[in-house]
Amino acid sequence: MSAVFEQIFQVGFLAAIIRIATPLAFATLGEMFSERAGVLNLGIEGIMLLSAMTGFTAASLSGSLWLGVLAAVLTGMLMGALHALFTVVLGLSQHVCGIGVTLFSSGLAYFLYRLIFGQQSVPPNINGFQTLPIPILSDIPVLGPAVFNQFALVYMAILAIPLAAFILYRTPWGLSVRMVGENPRAADSAGVSVIATRFQAVVLGGALMGLAGAFLSMAQFNAFTFGVVSGRGWVAIALVVFGRWDPWRSAGAALLFAFVDALQLRMQASGLGHIPYEAFLMLPFIFTIVAMAVMSRNAVAPSALLKPFRREER
Amino acid sequence: MFRLEVRTSTPAWFNLALPLLAIGATLVLCSGLIALAGAGVPDAYGVMFTASLGDSYAITETMVRAAPMIFTGLAVAVAFRAKFWNIGAEGQLLAGAVASCFVGAIPMPGPLAMVLMAVAGAAAGAAVALVPATLRVKFKVDDVVSSLLLNSVIYYALMALIEGPWKDSFSGYPISPPIEDSANFPVLIEGTRLHLGVIVALLAAPLIWFLIVRTTLGFRIRVTGENPEAARYGGIHVERVLISTALLSGALAGLAGVGEVGGVHFQVMSDISPGYGYSGIVVAMLARLNPLGVVPAAIFLAAVMTGAEAMSRATGVPAFLSDVIQGTALLAMLVALLFTAYRIRRVGVAR
Repeated sequence: MSAVFEQIFQVGFLAAIIRIATPLAFATLGEMFSERAGVLNLGIEGIMLLSAMTGFTAASLSGSLWLGVLAAVLTGMLMGALHALFTVVLGLSQHVCGIGVTLFSSGLAYFLYRLIFGQQSVPPNINGFQTLPIPILSDIPVLGPAVFNQFALVYMAILAIPLAAFILYRTPWGLSVRMVGENPRAADSAGVSVIATRFQAVVLGGALMGLAGAFLSMAQFNAFTFGVVSGRGWVAIALVVFGRWDPWRSAGAALLFAFVDALQLRMQASGLGHIPYEAFLMLPFIFTIVAMAVMSRNAVAPSALLKPFRREER
Repeated sequence: MFRLEVRTSTPAWFNLALPLLAIGATLVLCSGLIALAGAGVPDAYGVMFTASLGDSYAITETMVRAAPMIFTGLAVAVAFRAKFWNIGAEGQLLAGAVASCFVGAIPMPGPLAMVLMAVAGAAAGAAVALVPATLRVKFKVDDVVSSLLLNSVIYYALMALIEGPWKDSFSGYPISPPIEDSANFPVLIEGTRLHLGVIVALLAAPLIWFLIVRTTLGFRIRVTGENPEAARYGGIHVERVLISTALLSGALAGLAGVGEVGGVHFQVMSDISPGYGYSGIVVAMLARLNPLGVVPAAIFLAAVMTGAEAMSRATGVPAFLSDVIQGTALLAMLVALLFTAYRIRRVGVAR
């Protein structure tokens, strides 16, 4: 057991946690914005995959990583807009549309990737993002090299958390988002456009999902493979519930999951574990299902989640 | 001027027209991708059709692929009829596959093994589906998210099995030991892979149709889905109906896994299902949740999957086109369904 503790307080281990948490934090914040506005986006898994692909492709063809990030974000916004068109504008069922968006986006990602890069025995890779030490801060013992010697996208994720909280709780638009997610009828009476606000929230969520995809293919793996997302979108769905639809708690949930995942990887590598590593990977899902059962009594989910809004139906 | 009006009823021919409209729109939209890949659109779709439905062998291959999607399609159709949002057919299929593989590996007379495999697989699928249903009935937990998340739990449990106790100690491959030869489902036409499970799937569809349309349970399922308040008022125990629906739905999805183990792979591996559970949602929606419609819808998707590989070899268009077609078909069908809720009516300027 002491060996496990030693592992935890290593700089490399802390840095690994931060790196695993980054795409999850982006994805979770993205899903949270969408759900706070009353729209469940099960398209997240596919949106992350397609963004990872377009980001990687743009970076690979242009040689500019930031152009890749831009492509990924635009892809995320576009697919978010598609989901919003179906679920918000047309009022179609959110879960079925979400599955449709995931099937469509993943199919398109595989198709376009194969079309552009052909079938290669070794997948092409790029020179991904390099770590960017922040002066002074990166000299802090342990914490410095773990947190402040990271990729630029990691810093963006860290900044995105307070920013998301600020937008959601301190701006008029954030208030509108919470209103249309809690009580769209009242929001409508108060002059808030339910359709427009929901649409914007889902598109913003898509942009964040795009950043998650960009991180995976341009910082973490530096390549696009068909398993590059491998369920991280579903993890984000779980983390939003686990984090009670709050930016801070959701990000905390992402960090907690990253800790368990990093520990699991370490134990696998060092041969310490007697428990199959899959047991760890199952944990966030089981925890979330249990948490949903426990929490449902105080009903913290946005009240209008999954409910389409049509003005004429009263 | 045109105006959207709420429809009160839909004509019967919509049941056929809407899926055909959605499939037509899908093929038109996806032809853009074929053109992008530099192939002729009629060529590509032509090869796809010939390779999946063009001769009797191709048809048997398509049917083998359709069988699991008939089961998952039925599973989703039954669940959605009661508005039990079972997104977990994928996990239930995997549970069914694992359970039937356990049973199939025990030496016993073939026919007995096959029956017990089906029973075990259906029970395993039902047990998995029971979780989101119970959580919804007892704790008001949203069934969409819980059933979806269970897919990941079951997947990792399967991985733990095939990388742990089941791992092939000889080759080191993460695959389960094969089931007994005597438990392999009989092949119906020699020289093909058409197995007994395909016939069972084809018979299951009219059986489930009968259950939904003609029995008391079916009536309760429909009323619970359409108007739970009225159902409750009419003395229907809605919670009990939801649990029964979940058990039935999960059992059907579990049988999809049984067929893949008993008739196709004879063992369990990590990619035993290329997303048949999610395809079941596409199938059920294309079928407008009608169990009889599930059969042609599943055959359509199976034909696309079978044909895509041949199309890829012949024209160089990536076979992943079939995945795009699947997603597009689901989205197109959802849009087409708007015509059942609304109609476009011309509004006169003056009377």
